[in-house]
Amino acid sequence: MNQTTLPSLDYPANLWKCPNCGHENQTTDPACKNCGAAMDYQPTWIESTQAAPPAAPEEQEAVRVKLHLGRILAWVLLFFLLGFIAAVLLLKQQGPISIGHKPPSFDITTFDGQQISSANLTGKVVLVNFWASWCVTCEQEAVDLESAWQYYQPRGDVVFLGIAWTDTENKSLAYIQQHGITYPNGPDLGTRISQAYRITGVPETYIIDKQGKLASLKLSPYDSLDEIKSAIEPLLRP
Amino acid sequence: MLADLGYGSLIITLFISIYGASAAYFGSRRGKPAWVDSARNAMLLTFPLLTITTLSLLYLLVNAHYEFPFVSQVISNTMPATLRITALWAGQAGSLILWSWLMSAFACAVMLRKWDRDREFLPWVIVVTLVTLAFFLIISIFVENPFLRYWQSPAGSVVTAMFQPGGMQLFAPLNGNGMDPLLRHPGMILHPPMLYLGYVSFVIPYAFAIASLVTGRSDDRWIRITRRWALVAWLFLSLGLVLGMWWSYGVLGWGGYWNWDPVETASFMPWLTGTAFLHSVMIQEKRGILKQWNMLLIILTYCAVILGTFLTRSGIASSVHAFLQSALGPLFFIFIGLTFIFSLWLLIKRWNDLKSTTEMTSLFSREALFLLNNLLFVGFFVVCFWGVMFPIITDAVGSIWQKLPALSNLFTIQKIDIRSDYYTLPAALLSAGLILLMGLAPLSAWKSSTFKTLARAAIKPFAASLLLVPILLLGGMRSWVAILGFWICGFATLVTLNEFWRAARARHRAQGESLPVALWRLAGKNRRRYGGYIVHIGVVLMAIGIIGTKVYTTETQQTISQGGEITLGQYTVQFESLSAFNTSDGRNIARAVIRVSKNGAYVGELYPRRDYYYESQQAVTIPGVRSTLADDLYIVLADWQPLSTTSATFKVYHNPLVNWLWIGGFFVFTLGMLWAAWPERESQAIPFRKPVQLTREMNGP
Amino acid sequence: MKAKNFLVEAGLALIASLLFAGLVSAQQPQPTPSDDQVNAIARQLYCPVCENTPLDVCPTTACAQWRDLIRQKLMEGMTNQEIKDYFVEYYGARVLGAPPAAGFYWLAYVVPPIIILAGAYVLLRALRSWKKTTSPPENPPPQTLSPPPQETGKNEYIQRLEDEVRRG
Repeated sequence: MNQTTLPSLDYPANLWKCPNCGHENQTTDPACKNCGAAMDYQPTWIESTQAAPPAAPEEQEAVRVKLHLGRILAWVLLFFLLGFIAAVLLLKQQGPISIGHKPPSFDITTFDGQQISSANLTGKVVLVNFWASWCVTCEQEAVDLESAWQYYQPRGDVVFLGIAWTDTENKSLAYIQQHGITYPNGPDLGTRISQAYRITGVPETYIIDKQGKLASLKLSPYDSLDEIKSAIEPLLRP
Repeated sequence: MLADLGYGSLIITLFISIYGASAAYFGSRRGKPAWVDSARNAMLLTFPLLTITTLSLLYLLVNAHYEFPFVSQVISNTMPATLRITALWAGQAGSLILWSWLMSAFACAVMLRKWDRDREFLPWVIVVTLVTLAFFLIISIFVENPFLRYWQSPAGSVVTAMFQPGGMQLFAPLNGNGMDPLLRHPGMILHPPMLYLGYVSFVIPYAFAIASLVTGRSDDRWIRITRRWALVAWLFLSLGLVLGMWWSYGVLGWGGYWNWDPVETASFMPWLTGTAFLHSVMIQEKRGILKQWNMLLIILTYCAVILGTFLTRSGIASSVHAFLQSALGPLFFIFIGLTFIFSLWLLIKRWNDLKSTTEMTSLFSREALFLLNNLLFVGFFVVCFWGVMFPIITDAVGSIWQKLPALSNLFTIQKIDIRSDYYTLPAALLSAGLILLMGLAPLSAWKSSTFKTLARAAIKPFAASLLLVPILLLGGMRSWVAILGFWICGFATLVTLNEFWRAARARHRAQGESLPVALWRLAGKNRRRYGGYIVHIGVVLMAIGIIGTKVYTTETQQTISQGGEITLGQYTVQFESLSAFNTSDGRNIARAVIRVSKNGAYVGELYPRRDYYYESQQAVTIPGVRSTLADDLYIVLADWQPLSTTSATFKVYHNPLVNWLWIGGFFVFTLGMLWAAWPERESQAIPFRKPVQLTREMNGP
Repeated sequence: MKAKNFLVEAGLALIASLLFAGLVSAQQPQPTPSDDQVNAIARQLYCPVCENTPLDVCPTTACAQWRDLIRQKLMEGMTNQEIKDYFVEYYGARVLGAPPAAGFYWLAYVVPPIIILAGAYVLLRALRSWKKTTSPPENPPPQTLSPPPQETGKNEYIQRLEDEVRRG
């Protein structure tokens, strides 16, 4: 027997399946009893698709509708996938809040138990400083910030607010005591405020003007007291 | 200068790539084979050119040309030359060049095959590979250029630029930062190149699939051509993943090997669809069905490859692996956007052409079980995809939400991270299902199995494997997760080994060959099947390692003084001494000598140490590990308390069965895949016969 | 009389001091939790500032502080769950190993099973419809076939194997 298609291992040896119509024949039959094709008939795949009877029109319509829905779904999903990635890329490219924009509002309870809401602070210049007790560079600016606070506090229209980021309470309090900080400080519970401000580390300082818009930001420790003052001075005019 | 030669070579390669892609495209459109041949030559030229670029970078690294930030970020004076070579892929810029070089190498290898039977594919394969290459080269030239230099102005400020800015002089620091100490491990040396090899080699089947779609063909020629490529790609990707696991286990000091970090998970995704693809192409070859599905799978695999590369390098996934964020993100995003859109459009356009009459006589046939296997693999892919994308989605949605005060006053959506606990249950369930299928599928027949026949075939191995359960229970095992897991592994192993045994015995009876010879000849005749079975055994071995470590790992951490002991299970470790000394390559090593005893008997010494690199001011803890087939005893110097010669904190892990992960993942996978992919003589050149004329004569009078 | 008074007073004083000592020891903090106890909790938490690093292996100063915090809370008598809740309250949900299944994060747990079940449904439908389009050759009477291969057992299989081997 000229074997070009070997019966597969998983098929009984005394039978062969017609490659054209699928009918099972005995090995003693040289040609298919159903359609007459030879045992070694080699259909191309295209031929075997043509061998199928065309579906009824309603079936075809149903299939078409399903395909159409499938297509739409595929494009919609792809659009959303690319959209989300693009959105996050844009956010990362943007970086922190831009000057002139309104930063997110927040509520914070200080270590002393005082409740401060950023919404109530409009009309004042607000300096928001993110820090942590384990942050070595934060200590560099701690003294300068406290001095600036001593300078501006008597005026009454400047508020300094320190936010302890992912810090432990007793270590925060120890840090405050060590540097003699007197302006209000509170923990960023649940890191909500820092996530809203999209900070990328500590220390970061955001100075908000009297209209509630971001006037200046510093993503590293302040180098000197003068630097802090020169950031606040322009904002003091009513 | 060699650097200028390398950079020039890079630019020329970009032009050649663009030329080649255009020549192939227009040559195919306008029917000009000469143009297509020219494009092929262009492709062949990219490899020597990129080799020049790569060699020039290696030269700069080995000779410590610190005027290049690319060099000074990863090299330091104390690094030996062999380590400097591996610094090529330590940073973003160098690893992108490596990617491009490997891409070009594989594309050229494809060009060198005989194209006589597949001339209509050639232009499209060239287009796909050269366009991909061109994108990577654009990123290397315009965004992550390794050839930038330091320039210093007379005032003393330093900038980085490609060409000399006016009035500035070349500036070469005296020393560089040196490579991150965590990367100085053989696993980390091999892991990125192996992973890139895996990624890059999946481009080839994708290119052929696209060529098949574009040329409107509906046969499986593209699968037959790329069958070996897909196997080799799978092997490289698997080895890359296992190397990463091995490195993580040996160096990071947390006793684990897989953390479901977003970048890890993203690199696992193409492995899942790639393995599904390897299985379902068997159905297409045997039955001519599932063409649409296979097209979709290879496109998904390739898209997962570039999505994974994008996530790693763009910095939008919060991961320990991520490179520093750069402007690469948006450019890469354009590339993946175009690729996804183009692939989907092409697939939809040709969707109907790929239809085939699908006949399924049984829900328990091998095809049906393979489809179930695909469902589980793709299901796993969906879980991983969602786990990687969900943090990104929460970030995007959260930011938009914040801008809408009406909604954000109700509740806030914050960015969340998806970590390992999310994946544990789905991974366990899906893997168990897949290994169970590994045991069932060889028992079913193509087309003709019914539930009865499958059950009948399965009953013997099922019963035999159940014997394992009381043995484990008697041995003291009480965790039902472990018992179930080991039982499923036992079942799959029994069935797989039985496949070898039955066939070899039949052959032995039929041909009179001795059993080993029968086994060898049999496996040689059907390489893919038996190679595949060997790989399955490898998977089972890895599963055994995973079950052992996940269920039975124990650890303890204690601070002990010199002479003190820690007991963990059967092991007792005694802290003998600690010494600290400086080495010639810029490290300060604190090395402890630990005496290990098992069940009271002395078994050896271990030397966990802490290497502190002065240049980069980073410390790495290297564990002392005692490995046997049964378990690992793993000791790390923990730095909770400061180290002193009189007392130290040690963390001791006992990891049962962990070495089966490496045995299965390295040796058995490689063996199985080499077996499966080994070139054999082109079996039975099937002469194409004309269709039989259905006439009365045929059926007889 | 005086001696008796004295004895009563001394006895009362003794009892009082014992009671006092008892009270004090009841308020005594629990023995310092071992590193293992701290690690058992730290292993389930993630460093709030590092990228995807479990708290028990994170080498930074901040992480060391958080581990001390766990130790302190354990000494105060908080249970494992209470400590985890404390961390979530202070540092956000991202310290957990998996997002809490609440609000928007509920989607994280719901979407993959839905997709897998949908896929299973599609597969089942497809298999069934493929089975229907099969034109099984029911015409040829079963007698022409030898006993269906499935029934024949091992020897038939070996017979087939031998045939294949001989041919192959």
